[in-house]
Amino acid sequence: MAFLEFNGISKSYPGVQALSDITFSVAKGAVHGLMGENGAGKSTLIRVLSGDQSADTGTIVIDGQEQHYHSVRDAFHAGVTVIHQELQLVPELTVAENLWLGRFPAKAGIINGKMLIDTVRARLREIGIDVDPAAKVSSLSIGARQMVEIAKAVMVDARVIALDEPTSSLSSRESEILFSLIDRLRSNGTVILYVSHRLDEIFRLCDGLTVLRDGKLAAHHPDIKKVTREQIIAEMVGREISNIWGWRERSLGPVRLEVKGLSGSRLPTPIDFSVRKGEILGFFGLIGAGRSEMARLLFGADHRHQGTVAIDGVTAAPNNPKAAIHAGMVLCPEDRKLDGIIQGRSIQENIAISSRRHFSPFGILSPRKEAALADQFIARLRVRTPSRKQDIVNLSGGNQQKVILGRWLSEQGVKVLVVDEPTRGIDVGAKSEIYEILYDLAADGMAIVVISSELPEVMGISDRIMVMCGGKVAADVARANFNEHQILTAALPDKNAAGTF
Amino acid sequence: MSSLKKILLGEQGLVVIFAVAFIIVSLTVPNFLTERNMIGLLQSVVTIGIVACTMMFCLASRDFDLSVGSTVAFCGMIAVMASNVTGSISLGLLAALVCGAIVGLVNGALIAKLRINALIATLATMQIVRGLALIASDGRAVGINDPNFYQLALSTFLGIPTPIWIMLILFILFGFVLNRTIFGKNTLAIGGNPEASRLAGVNVATMRIWIFTLQGLVCAIAGILLSSRITSGQPNAAIGLELLVISACVLGGVSLAGGRASMSGVIVGVLIMGIAQNVMNLLNIPAFYQYLVLGSILLIAVTLDNIRSAAAGRGRG
Repeated sequence: MAFLEFNGISKSYPGVQALSDITFSVAKGAVHGLMGENGAGKSTLIRVLSGDQSADTGTIVIDGQEQHYHSVRDAFHAGVTVIHQELQLVPELTVAENLWLGRFPAKAGIINGKMLIDTVRARLREIGIDVDPAAKVSSLSIGARQMVEIAKAVMVDARVIALDEPTSSLSSRESEILFSLIDRLRSNGTVILYVSHRLDEIFRLCDGLTVLRDGKLAAHHPDIKKVTREQIIAEMVGREISNIWGWRERSLGPVRLEVKGLSGSRLPTPIDFSVRKGEILGFFGLIGAGRSEMARLLFGADHRHQGTVAIDGVTAAPNNPKAAIHAGMVLCPEDRKLDGIIQGRSIQENIAISSRRHFSPFGILSPRKEAALADQFIARLRVRTPSRKQDIVNLSGGNQQKVILGRWLSEQGVKVLVVDEPTRGIDVGAKSEIYEILYDLAADGMAIVVISSELPEVMGISDRIMVMCGGKVAADVARANFNEHQILTAALPDKNAAGTF
Repeated sequence: MSSLKKILLGEQGLVVIFAVAFIIVSLTVPNFLTERNMIGLLQSVVTIGIVACTMMFCLASRDFDLSVGSTVAFCGMIAVMASNVTGSISLGLLAALVCGAIVGLVNGALIAKLRINALIATLATMQIVRGLALIASDGRAVGINDPNFYQLALSTFLGIPTPIWIMLILFILFGFVLNRTIFGKNTLAIGGNPEASRLAGVNVATMRIWIFTLQGLVCAIAGILLSSRITSGQPNAAIGLELLVISACVLGGVSLAGGRASMSGVIVGVLIMGIAQNVMNLLNIPAFYQYLVLGSILLIAVTLDNIRSAAAGRGRG
């Protein structure tokens, strides 16, 4: 009994066929996964569903009724709510105010504040969301905000809720809360369209799954129990990927990076570690464990209280990113959009921003050399783009990450590479390419620090793992002793809670 | 329709609009396309044009400078007063340049080091510097003792007045700096994403201080030429200049969100402002109405910027 149906949806943008003839349906009360590499058309499909964009051809049917909406408002009235990665809440208003926004219950324009909060409190309890309705949204964690966003959908009796990568900024614990909320919504008969890159979540939550590839329907599985991970990955990339990690043994040299007593205001306990030439050291920890803080201190991006950093035995201890780069240490930041890419500028400029100083006498650029450099790294890192002049925001996440790597590989004398969340939001195909790049660099003698919140990734590519927990190093594990359970246990602040994973 | 839209919103859209407007005005407004009027037009945009060179850098790096009008007046005063006191025009000019650079340096330090919002910081210095100009002159115009000072504005080369040459040289210089130097590219990078630029090794604080210092220096050049042209140091000169300059830049496609700027665009923006005023003068439109037109031009410029940004933002994902 299909509740939500997509019938032959096609949509094209100038030069791109974003969706072609997408047809599938989802039953009432089902959680349905939507997967695909970046650029496969997931976002466009969601946009069409949300009324933000209209399809060129094809129709959406909800509960047997063909929908002809042309705006987000129309879709909203048809019972469709889309929860985007960027949440749509007003931070300076309370939870209750956000939930009533646009239709405040008022007498003669005067709002009954207590009534506002009481009704919301009752409703939240009913749905099972543990958030104080009187709290300002700005005081809530990202996870709690997501709950509020979902509550907003439930308050208006949404019949179809689409979630776009809802867990990308949630901790494991917050994700679990989200999952149980989704389970409850499912039992109420709501249709949930769940967009995610994470196979674990898809298997944990979804009843069925649709895979898109290049704007086309690659596969539709009404019953998720009948598919395997390998099959889904193959459907997404259009080819088999047997082992996405591809780790291989490397010979390690002497110590390249030696860190002693590093601490700062957001990482009060001093930490020590060292990385050898050719070694990939993984840092694993839950959100808030202090991994990214450590990386920023190391790189001089945040103010260091104390500690020494030595590269090849020479004290480097940089006080700002520029000094770090000059000392041969570079960082690919955690949040590519916020801290990595320079929006509005070309791939060429994003690659050359740091290294151009080596071939620009008196600060005067050499456009020819810069173009050659960009082309060289676009080819070497296999960045998929029509031209080096392309604005970097038009690239997919994986290709943006390659450009950032290119920025640092084009630098001279890089000895230490720190990569924070190397593959966040990046599709499977591009992931293994990025791992390959890291292996090549390590083989060339670079010391590499990889920070990741995805345990399979850290275990898959590291030679050694430092586990962080609550701003401290909780364990230091060599590859031979990698054990998923042990590493997770070390990462958990409350060691007794390990069983809940 | 859509191809017309494409042309108007594209890289060369402004040039097309400008060319069309220029032809229409040449054909319809009497006395417009004459050598005398053209030189007069260029002379009238010298102050805006010169200051726009560095305002472009300010805006491109996501900053803002409201103090330019005051700085122009103040430096013009200083040039005249210091020349009178020392009896040497060179020393007077040097004093003006130093003062301009100091005002810019202070702006830059307030914004980059004390992290005061650029709008507020330069709003404050705008008033302070205007106050200094008024105090120094006791609120009155200061006459020039050495008539050679007039030659700065009056002298010509190949029939074209010196100030226009200076403006052209600055156009070329700053166009080169923007497009062909690390300084220019870093300015655009900061405007595109300040934190990412810092993490990529750009010293953002130093860059901003430099940009504002240059802005102050260039204001001093504009102030010197202005006081030479109006044959005195006027503490109330160049009131409202900041708005004209920012209008010209925005009209020229410099994005207020930072990260996008072109010298050719700014030049066209400056010329559009100049032509609008010039044509209104030729048509004897009273000065009071000119404000309406200039305000409307600013609104149109910002709207165009928004539409252009929205167009650039599409096609992602």
